[in-house]
This record gives sequence, structure tokens and C-alpha cells, in this order.
Amino acid sequence: MKNEQLKQSVGTGSNEPGKYSTLNLGPTHPATHGIFQNVLKMDGEIVVEAEQTIGYIHRAFEKLAEHRPYNQITTITDRLNYCSSPINNLGWIMTVEKLFGIKTPKRVDYLRIILMELARIADHLVCNSVIGVDSGALTGFVYVFQERERIYEIYEEVSGARLTTNMGRIGGFERDFSPTAMKKLKELLDHLPSVLREFEKLLKRNRIFMDRTIGVGPISAERALNYGFTGPNLRAAGVDYDVRVANPYSSYEDFKFDIPIGTQGDTYDRFCVRQEELWQSIQLVKDAMNNLPEGPYHADVPEVYLPPKQLVYSKMESLIWHFKIVMGEINPPVGEVYHAVEGGNGELGFYLISDGGRTPYRLHFRRPGFIYYQAYPEMITGGVLSDAILTMSSMNVIAGELDA
Amino acid sequence: MTGNTEIAQAVRNQAGEGLLKEEVLHDMLTLTVEASKLHEILSFLKDTPSMGYTFLTDLCGVHYPDESLPFAVVYHLHNMRANHRIRIKTYLTAENPAIDTVSDLFSAANWMERETYDFYGITFTGHPNLIRILNVEYLDYFPLRKEYPLEDPTREDKDNRFFGREA
Repeated sequence: MKNEQLKQSVGTGSNEPGKYSTLNLGPTHPATHGIFQNVLKMDGEIVVEAEQTIGYIHRAFEKLAEHRPYNQITTITDRLNYCSSPINNLGWIMTVEKLFGIKTPKRVDYLRIILMELARIADHLVCNSVIGVDSGALTGFVYVFQERERIYEIYEEVSGARLTTNMGRIGGFERDFSPTAMKKLKELLDHLPSVLREFEKLLKRNRIFMDRTIGVGPISAERALNYGFTGPNLRAAGVDYDVRVANPYSSYEDFKFDIPIGTQGDTYDRFCVRQEELWQSIQLVKDAMNNLPEGPYHADVPEVYLPPKQLVYSKMESLIWHFKIVMGEINPPVGEVYHAVEGGNGELGFYLISDGGRTPYRLHFRRPGFIYYQAYPEMITGGVLSDAILTMSSMNVIAGELDA
Repeated sequence: MTGNTEIAQAVRNQAGEGLLKEEVLHDMLTLTVEASKLHEILSFLKDTPSMGYTFLTDLCGVHYPDESLPFAVVYHLHNMRANHRIRIKTYLTAENPAIDTVSDLFSAANWMERETYDFYGITFTGHPNLIRILNVEYLDYFPLRKEYPLEDPTREDKDNRFFGREA
């Protein structure tokens, strides 16, 4: 209904002459980072009403997933939240492991934690520096991208890819971390803290930045919960919910880390919560590296984990497993599982129904961005247009995840 | 209240015959309920202080074309205080896949119900704005239903003979 009124006013001028104007923000707009359209009803600079249109890059992932063997779905999950692909990849792999009842070795868990925390760092760096860009400080963005580049080089060393990583295998990793990967990891941990400190110095107590972000796009804890907020956005509103603590996966229970929370749920709090999470993630990566257990880099599950190539050429049994896995015939158990991981921007859930066939019977992605982006109009109405832009970048909505 | 058995008992007391089945699937209590009772049960679980399932984690549809009630709607609820999750399932008929909206209870349900409508054609009675969300509005089928093949059935530029299939 609202949409209809807005659409009408585009054609006929304004329904209340001289008072309101309609502004089409997007779908491609330099200030929105991704393909988002918002039809805003403006009273001068004030947003009176807003209506989002989504689905511009919908790629039918849930339908595709119903036609692919389990190990080929990992590549789909990359393309959800492409700022933190490893979390999606490993989250999906852990879902399948939960269905199969596979217990991974500690080394695998710790290596996964390293990768997932790196992904969180990359995600938060992008999001927080973009808040800087949208409030007029491009320097920080360019500066921290150097560190993101180091993280991408580690991905490249581990998986061979940078953005769509397709990382890990069901049961573990395709290979152990190379010495180069470890070296790059060390270099990152040497450089990142000082860069982060400078970045914080640039923005955190900067008067202009504080004036632009404090009280902008706030949401109360109660409304945030009702809207299904998770991740840093919920924590900024003051709810200490983190999947890593509530339902530990991949041995997160072995680690000690803090969950930062905000109080106002505004843009500044979201920024600060992410900033603190960056420090926590750095500590987690350090702890996981220092306590990295020795052992195999994959579980002993020949029915789903590809055998080494030399065995495929020399052993009949390995050749059979190889053939079956490559053809997607891995006989999953019948069942339903829901598995959630703490993604870069919230609880990323996988609801998987298996009927025992080669492909999932149904796979639903619980995409945090899709769920909390609903609250956007409520958060920006009554504010000015430039605050609306800032609110959107601080919510860390990723178009790929939003439209699945 | 956090134990699976206590929750199931409380829902049974509330819904009576409306609770059709209870099972635990991979550690998660799964309750199958009558579609007509769904709103009542969800509002009971959300608004009763001793239950406390105030967070709607997920809502999605499933299609079982061979069943007598082919459409399922699945709700995942979370009691954050007690850190306990449950799953509520309900099944709908093929002729009239309609169910009461829960968007009055959870604002988060708004888009998730639109998405379910978009993909499965399940109608949510009382929804404020039940239109397609991810697909184009002039799409005349519901793409996640099992009868629709992965390839676009309306395409005419692909000759089946070239893909090793019967023409």
C-alpha cells in the first residue's frame, strides 16, 4: 500500500503538493555499497517514509542447492556474504558434518577458527572503514585495505582463491596450512594491531565522526530482537548474544574471549562493537595459532573425504571412494539439522533436510542480512538523507546475502 | 523452562489435539502442530513468561509433493535467556496452502513470510503486504515447488537433443 502511494507520487508529482517529494535511491548508487533500491518519501531533507526493493541479484541458490551434491554446494555459500566467504563455507561444511555425525580433529577445529576469525576481521574492516567513507573520511578505508589484502593472501595460500574461497572439505581441509601461510599469518598479526590502532585514532574519538554517528539510526534492544537482529547489530543494542558462546561449534569453547556490547544501538555503537570485535578476533587467531594441536588435518571419513591422489592411482578402494565422492554419491543419512555459525554480520544458519538422496531435499539459508534489513525504514524515518546512507553502511548489509 | 519434555508437555497442555507429533531431531525438539492452532501456539510460546521463546530465528517452506498435505512451514524459535531452540512444523493442503501470519508477533516474520509466499505460493492470512520479494512480480509460478525443473521451463533456445535427452 505504502509502495503504491509512493509509486503514484512519482508519476503525478506529489500527493500533498509542495510538501513531499519522492527520491529513488539506487538500485545502483555510489553511496550504497551493493545493489539496493530505496524509494524514499522526503520532506525536504527528512525521510518520512521508506520502502526497500530487494532481489536485484537473486540467483536461486536454494533451488540450485536442491540439484547439487553436498560438496558442490560449498561454492554457492561463497556467494552469500562475499565479505566473509570462509565463514559461510565452513558453516555449511559443519552443517553437513553434523548431519553425518562426523567429529573433526582438534587441529581442524583450530585451523577453522583461524580462518573464520580472519574472515570476521576482513568483514569488519570493510564495514567500519566504509562507515568512515560515508561520513567523509576516505583515508581509513584505503589504509585498512592493505591489511585486508594480507588476509586475502592467506586465503589464497590456503585455498587458492581470494574472494570466493570454496574453503575446506567435508571432514577437514584438502591440505594442511603451508609454511608460507603460517608466515603470512604471522606477518599479518605483526602489522594489523598498529594499523588498527591508527585507524581507531582517526575515527573513534574524532569529533566530526562522533557528531555524524552518535544517535544516528538507533534501534532499541526490544525492537532489534523482534526484528530478528543478530551479530554486531544486536550486540550494539545491548544484547550479549553470540553464537560462538551460546552454541559453541568448532571448539570455540576452548577459547576465552569477550563479547563487546553497546547501549544505544546507533551507528556509533555498531562501529565500536565491531572495532572491539576486531581486537577479540586478533586475540583468537593468536591463541589458536599458539595452541595449535598437532595431528591430522582431516577426519578419518573415507566415505566423504577424497583420498590422496597417489592412492587413487594405486589402490582399488581409494579409487572407488574417489569415484563415488566425485559423482556425488555419498549416501547421507536421512534427517533434519539446523546449524548456526556467527557470521560476519550475524547468525548464519543452515536448515538442511536430507531424504538420503545425493542432493539435499531442502536447504534453507538463514541469512542475517535479509532478516535485519527489514528494520531499515524504521531506523531511518525521521532522520536526514545523509544519515540514512550512514545507517545502511553501518548495518553491514551485503547484497549477495540479502538476495541469495 | 528449558527441557525438551517440559516444553512439549506445556505445548500439549495448551494445544491439546493441535499437537500432532513430537520428536527430537539432531538435538532439536520438533513439534508438528495443526495449522489452525499455529498462531495460538507461537503466541503462547512467545508471550508466556515461563516459556520465553521471543526470538524467531527462521521461517521457511518445504514442499513434499507426494504427501497428502504437501506444503510445510517450518519455524525455528529461540529462547535466548535459557539458550534453547525448538522447531515448529505445520503442514498445509495443496488446494489451499494458507496459514495465519505471525508477523503480528514477530516483525522479523514479515519478509520471511513474503519469501515463503514467493517461492512456494503459501498464503499468510493477515499479512500486511504479501507480495513477491526476491522474484519479479509478474512471475506466474512458484519456483521452489518440486514440479518446476531447475532449468527455466519457458526457455525455447535449448534443444534437448544436444544435451543427451529425448526431444
